[in-house]
Order: sequence, then structure tokens, then C-alpha cells
Amino acid sequence: MTSTIEPQVGAARKRKEDARLITGRTRWTDNIALPGMLHLAILRSPHASARIASIDVSAAKRRPGVVDVFSGADVRDIQGSLPCAWPVTEDIVHPVRPPLADGYVRHHGEAVAVVVARDRSAAIDALEDIEVEYEPLAPVLDLRAAYEDTGLVHPDKGTNKSYTWVFDSADAGTGSSVSDAAAEVTINRQYVQQRLIPAFMEPRSVVVDPGMGEYTIWSATQIPHILRVFYALLTGVPEHKIRVIAPDVGGGFGGKLQVTPEEMIAFLAAQRVGKPVKYTETRSDTMLSAHHGRDQLQDITLTATRDGTLTGIHVKLIANMGAYLGLVGPGVPILGAFMYNAIYKVPAYRFECVGVFTNTTITDAYRGAGRPEATYAIERAMDELAVELGMDPIELRRKNWIKAEEFPYTTVCGLVYDSGDYDAATDKALELFGYAELRAEQERRRASGDPVQLGLGVSTYTEMCGLAPSRILGALRYAAGGWESASVRVLPTGKVEVVTGTSPHGQGHVTAWSQIVADELGVAFEDVEVLHGDTRTSHKGLDTYGSRSLAVGGVALVEACRKVRDKARVIAAHMLECSPDDLEFTGGAFRVRGTPDAARTVADAAFAVFAAHDLPDGVEASLDADATFDPQTFSFPHGTHLCATEVDTETGHVRIRSYVAVDDVGRVVNPLIVEGQVHGGVAQGIAQALHEEAVYDAGGTLLTGSFVEYTIPSAADLPTIVSDRTETPATSNPLGVKGVGEAGAIAATPAVVNAIVDALRPYGVNDVPMPCTPERVWRAVKRGGVA
Amino acid sequence: MSSSHRVRVSVDVDGTRYVDDVEPRTLLVHHLREQLGKVGTVVGCDTSNCGSCTVLMGSADGAQHSVKSCSVLAVQADGASVTTVEGLAGPGGELHAVQQAFHELHALQCGFCTPGMIMSAVDLLRDNPDPSDAEVREGLSGNLCRCTGYQNIVRAVQSAAAALRAQAELPEEATV
Repeated sequence: MTSTIEPQVGAARKRKEDARLITGRTRWTDNIALPGMLHLAILRSPHASARIASIDVSAAKRRPGVVDVFSGADVRDIQGSLPCAWPVTEDIVHPVRPPLADGYVRHHGEAVAVVVARDRSAAIDALEDIEVEYEPLAPVLDLRAAYEDTGLVHPDKGTNKSYTWVFDSADAGTGSSVSDAAAEVTINRQYVQQRLIPAFMEPRSVVVDPGMGEYTIWSATQIPHILRVFYALLTGVPEHKIRVIAPDVGGGFGGKLQVTPEEMIAFLAAQRVGKPVKYTETRSDTMLSAHHGRDQLQDITLTATRDGTLTGIHVKLIANMGAYLGLVGPGVPILGAFMYNAIYKVPAYRFECVGVFTNTTITDAYRGAGRPEATYAIERAMDELAVELGMDPIELRRKNWIKAEEFPYTTVCGLVYDSGDYDAATDKALELFGYAELRAEQERRRASGDPVQLGLGVSTYTEMCGLAPSRILGALRYAAGGWESASVRVLPTGKVEVVTGTSPHGQGHVTAWSQIVADELGVAFEDVEVLHGDTRTSHKGLDTYGSRSLAVGGVALVEACRKVRDKARVIAAHMLECSPDDLEFTGGAFRVRGTPDAARTVADAAFAVFAAHDLPDGVEASLDADATFDPQTFSFPHGTHLCATEVDTETGHVRIRSYVAVDDVGRVVNPLIVEGQVHGGVAQGIAQALHEEAVYDAGGTLLTGSFVEYTIPSAADLPTIVSDRTETPATSNPLGVKGVGEAGAIAATPAVVNAIVDALRPYGVNDVPMPCTPERVWRAVKRGGVA
Repeated sequence: MSSSHRVRVSVDVDGTRYVDDVEPRTLLVHHLREQLGKVGTVVGCDTSNCGSCTVLMGSADGAQHSVKSCSVLAVQADGASVTTVEGLAGPGGELHAVQQAFHELHALQCGFCTPGMIMSAVDLLRDNPDPSDAEVREGLSGNLCRCTGYQNIVRAVQSAAAALRAQAELPEEATV
């Protein structure tokens, strides 16, 4: 029996996932139809802040086809409060967050009442007949006013401040004090991280089948395992009576990393009516109710010596939590706290963050979660420092970044960066970009007073990925760990089933995991099946977010494979009548050293185990293994992105002329997938720079409540990017991988805005607030007014 | 609004004729998904922006063009012929050139926009068999994707265009 010997890791294998997705044979949650299934519609608050004086559901209940109608008051004793798993400080203010509003609504779109009906139309129609009497209250919307406690979101708490979280390198013993930093040059800037909406393409959907007290729940979620735990904790239904399935899930980007009101409401409805129920939101519901991202006010101060050596970074943040705390919402800015120093050697650092409530939809993880915000501020401020010093922005960075020979390097935050080569990535990017030629063109356009100015923007980023070492999460007061699990079982005919605790929703884990197993066990790529996203088959996992799946889950898979291989080695040795030590695993088989024709494969061992006629003493009749991997540290992918923009100073229109991304994500399992992740991440990063912003009006109504107003870019809005890689393997895990899911979204935003500002320097412009719409760019030119 | 009034609709979908009584307000996409079980076609928004629900529609014997099936009432499809992503592959399951190219060039990640994106691309290439990249980007601007940044979608559409042009140049008897 021969096995494939072509290495699979590193090959651009086409995805196994595609066959279903390109032919429409998909398994979205909204496709599910169960016998007797009823449908939900949710009435949402039109007010940002109001007291609910009364709710009358009687007319709605009388409509044909309506089975049940209920509001928060009807489930007061059982609905509980939605969880926050990351209370970042001991004294965090953590208001109750009922799935259905009870007494008060605190943001536009908050769920108020629910109709359960025979079909979706009947449920939606009945919403019209629910009578709610609101007493509107003055909403707290402006983040700075909220910070000043001008009006209160939760009057019983007496403050809008949820928490204050501080890191100081002097206190931590990881550096000196910013107040002692040499400050020959000081740059102080304020940046606004506008509120974004993750806008995954598949609206969220949940089906709850209450069975006979054994609940099966399908949800369009990134976190089936975490969701199951919280269902058990919140409902009192024992965990082993709850099965959560994340079937095909249409994107997430952090936006489906949540335990949602709708998931709990569907559970309550199924319990009440004793039948399966489905809730599928409209896009308008998504925009109002699914959590938003970013929304921070940043104040960053850099100090440096005249020669351009950084001496200190001081960051003050106000982070908008929205009306309540989301699942990991308070922790999002804290993930950023460790990234403001980025790739730079800086002796002193202080970070202060205040989490603040407003009468808006909650904020929580969105692609990058804290790290894009941090990277934006430091990379924008580095450009300002370069201008102040009269240095090239890349040379300023080069002067301050960690050199390849200095790894492992302990940063001013106390993190140990294991590996990287910032010179290599940057040099490659500069070459692909044609930096010198573009600078020359920029000079020509400036000299000729061309109304279309050219700007060059750079962003050299790193991020902490592979969330995460459990003991560090514990120290940061996160409620759960950061390990991941994998199971590998070799079937009698040599095919392999893998169970992973990761929960992909577009990332291609089935393909990448198959490649890893093929190499580890010497089986064919096609002979590996990857099972995920169902707590019955995959009982143990911590799901997919934070660029963790490969760097943690992939490593767990390698460890499980190696346990299987160790078992197979013993069996192969027995079959070959030699010592296991005489065998080497090469070319997909165990071979006797010096006699390579004497060989047995893992498949041979699997059949021997199945027959069990002649197993060595003490060897059990199975070829399975489980592994759980808990990383000792984070992984630190990095890269250099360069953007050239043509900015029309007369219309404010920005055209991205060229974009180069050179990323170092460590060892690459599948270059096709990695490139796709970079493309998509860069697109979302560009979207923050140029296109997207969630906007509330003065009364707290979300104005960007659909894709008409919330303008995610189309194909016509985006450039073709040039992407390439350097490869510095991580030393912190046996795969050498670092993670790629968030990189593009982190790097692109500052690269684009730096390019726009660079184009407009001759006009006296040193910032354009995001998104840099034509109007804002035009206003910046007019206000700058040097020309 | 009464839900009792119903209108008879006869529509050919992916080669099968369906006759149903529907509420006049029923959107074609809901008719496809909820009555006909054509759940390969999906709903991504409620404002006709995302294009996830795109199908091909034409008169029973005429040419089909892409429509957003959320913007067509089921009653408007009476007598029409509709092709969804489920009916695009050949009778033996051989993939359409656009489907094949999406797979080859990694033009999908989560895959939710993919049915609509593929159907729009099929229509685009029928209208313009040799588009520029800019024409592809413009032609697909009614279909939103959040995962790919569109780069591989554009590559896939160009690859499919080349394959379809090569196919069209073959002699008649060779094309089946």
C-alpha cells in the first residue's frame, strides 16, 4: 500500500469546502425546516432611551396563525442577563442586560417583544398589533459627554464609566516611566476610531428544537462551544441536554462572537411553546442589534530625541461600550493595550482606558479587536513624528524597530516577541512598490501644482495572535481559557476523521487541517474528513476568533496526529518484527532504517488494530488520539503595507493607485487561503479608512441601518492589491505558524490614511478623520488652505 | 392586509415546472426558498443592495438575464423560466465555467454571496464575453462580498471568460 508523499503543508490546495458552496447545496441555519417549526419576529425599540410604560400584546395574540406573544415582563423570572465573559477590572460596572427589555430600553433596536407564529409573514404582520407605550428619555450619545457623566445611561449606577484600566511600564517593571522620558520632540494627537459594523454577509439565524427537554440549537455563530456553556449557565438546562450546531456560517469577522439576545429569546420561545422555532434576522435587524466594533477616542503622545529615537508612548482611550457590556467587549481595548508599542523599541509606556456606556448598540470584537485601533494610532503618529523631524517615515520606523538579531525580544509591555524580520518584509515591500520612483513622481506633482496629488502611506504592523495562553487570559480577568483541542481517529480502511474545536466560517479549516493531517500521518489529502461546529461530535473547543485557529487548533491537531503516529509506530514495528526505534517515518510510511523497502503505513497499522489478531502486548485496539494545546505565548505575525493614493484636491476624491502588502505570518499551510485572508482583511481595512461609519442622529436613531447607508465597498470601489510574503517561522509552536485572519484589517487602515495625509501635506493638512470621504478630504484641503 | 387572497403562479425553475398559489406580496426569493426548497439562493439584505439572491430569469423560451430575486414578486415570474445556482451545472453535474473558476482561484470564503455572485458573473459574461477588469468590477458592483476583497472573484471571472471564449471557438460538433 502506498501513500502520498508530496508534502501538503505549503501547497496551494483548492478548498474542499467549495463544492457545496458553488452549487448551492449549502447548510445555512435559515435553510433548516423542521416538522412543526414556528417562526419568530421581534419588535424592536424605536427609541434610544425610554421607560416602557406598558405593553399590550392581546391584539397581536388574536391574529390568525399567532401562537404566542411575549415581552420582557412575561419572562422576567427566567430570562436572566446576557453574559460578559471579560470583566476587565474587579470593580467593573456591569449592568443587567436582559435579552428582552424589561422596564427600560437603552438603545435603538433593543428587543422589546416577540411573536411566535406559523410562518414568518404572520409573525412579522403581528408586530404591528403590539401596543407599546414609551416614555422617551434623553439619550446619552456623545462619547465625551458620556465620559463626563452628562446624563446617565444607567441612572442606578450613578456613572457612565464601566471601568478604568491602566498599564504603566514603570509599575509593571517592564520599562521606565513616561514622565521621565526624554522629550526633545513631543507629538500629541487625537484620533477617532469611528464605529463600524462587521456586516458579515449571512444575517444571523437561530433554530431551537426543544425536543423532550433535550435541546438542539443551530446558530449562525462563531462560537458553538462557548454558546453551549452559556446556554447551560443562563437557562439552567443541564449542559449535556444541550447540543449546539454551527452549520455553514456565512462570515463573522468577530461579529458572530457573541451570546445574543436573539439566541436567548429563541430558546425562551421554544421552551414556552414546546415546538421548534426559528428566528432569522433581516439585514436591518443585523445593523441595529448585532454588535458594532471600534468606536474609541484616542489620545496618543510620542516622545523622542532629535535623532528620532522613541523614548516614550502615552495613550489615553475612551472606549464606547454601547448600552451594555458584550461578551468580550470590555476586553477589546485591552487587547490593543499591548500593541501601541507595535514593533518598536521604546523604554517607557503608559496606557489608560476608560470604558463608557452610551445609549447605542453594544460594541465588541470586530476583525482585529483592539489591535487595528492601536496600530492606527501608533502608525499615524509615527508619520507625524517623521514630519516633525524631517525624516523619511520608513527610515524613522527602521531606526526604532526591533532588529532580526534581537529576537526573542521582550517589549515594554512585557510580551516576548519570538521572531520576525521587519527589515526583510519592508525591503521586499519597498521593492514591489517602487518607492523611490513614486516619491519622485510625488515631487513632480507637487512642483507643478497638479490638482491631483500623490501620497505614499506606510504601515509596519505586528499583532498578538493565537488567542491565547490560558494563564495570561486568566491574569487579564477573562473568564475562559485559550486552549484548543483536536481528535484524530484512523478508520479501519486507513481513512482519517478529525474532530476540531475550531469553528470555521469561511477560513477553510477543512482544507488546511486535511493538509496538516496528510503530512503528519502520510495519508492522502482526500482521505481526511474534518468534523467541526457540532458539540455532539466535537464536545470540546473554544472556537474561532483572534487569528487563533491554526496557531492553537492547528497545533493541537499536530499533537494529536503525533500521538497517533507514535501508536502506529509500535504496531508497525511489531508487524515488521523490529524495534520501534529501528523505524523512521518517511515518505508516508514507517521504514526500517537501512532497509527502506521494509515498510508499513499508518493505514496498515489501522487495519491491524481493527482485526486485533496480533497486537503487541499492552497495545489497545484503537488508533485514535486526542490532544489539547494551550500556547505558552501569543504569536506575532507582522508585515509592511504600502499604499499610494491619488487625491483630487478639487473634489476630495481618493483613488488608491497601488497597494502592496508583504506579510510574515510564519510558516504557511496553504498560500491560496493565506492570500485570500490578506485580500479580505485589506479590503476591510480600506473600508474603515474610506467608506464605513455607523452613524446615529441626535435622537439616537441609527441612520446607517441598511446597506443603503452603511456602504461596504463593492468590487468597483476596491483596488487590485499586490501581496507577497516573507516567512519567519514562529518558534513558539511546532508548526511555526502565526495566524493571518486579522493582519490585513490591521495594516491597511493606517497605510491608506497615511497616504492621503501625505498627499495633502503641502496644503497644511496633518489629519483627515475617518472615513476619508470626498467631503472630508475636500474640507481638510480647504481648512488647511496653504495652497 | 389579508393573507387569504392567493394568486396562481407557474414558473419553471432549474428545468422543473412548479404551479403554486402564492400571496401576491410574496417575493420571488421567498417563493424559491420557502415553497420550492431552492435554498441555494439566499437573502443577504432587505434593500436590494447585496445581490446574494441573484438568479437568471427570462420568458419561457427567451434569453435569461440576472435579476435580484428579492426585487421581483413571485407573481411577476408567472410564466417565466428561472435558473438558480442549483441548476447551473450540466446534467452530469459538470460545473459551469464560472463555478469551476471560482473553485480554482479561491474566489469564495464563507460562500454566502457566492450563488448570487456566480449568477451575476454568468450574465455579465453573456453580455460581454471579453471584459476588462474594470468592466468586471463595475458589472459585479451590485453584488457585495465581505470576505474576499473581490480580487480573486475578478480573477475567476476573467478565467471563466477565457474558458468560455475557448469553448465558443470550438467547432459546433465538439461543443455538445
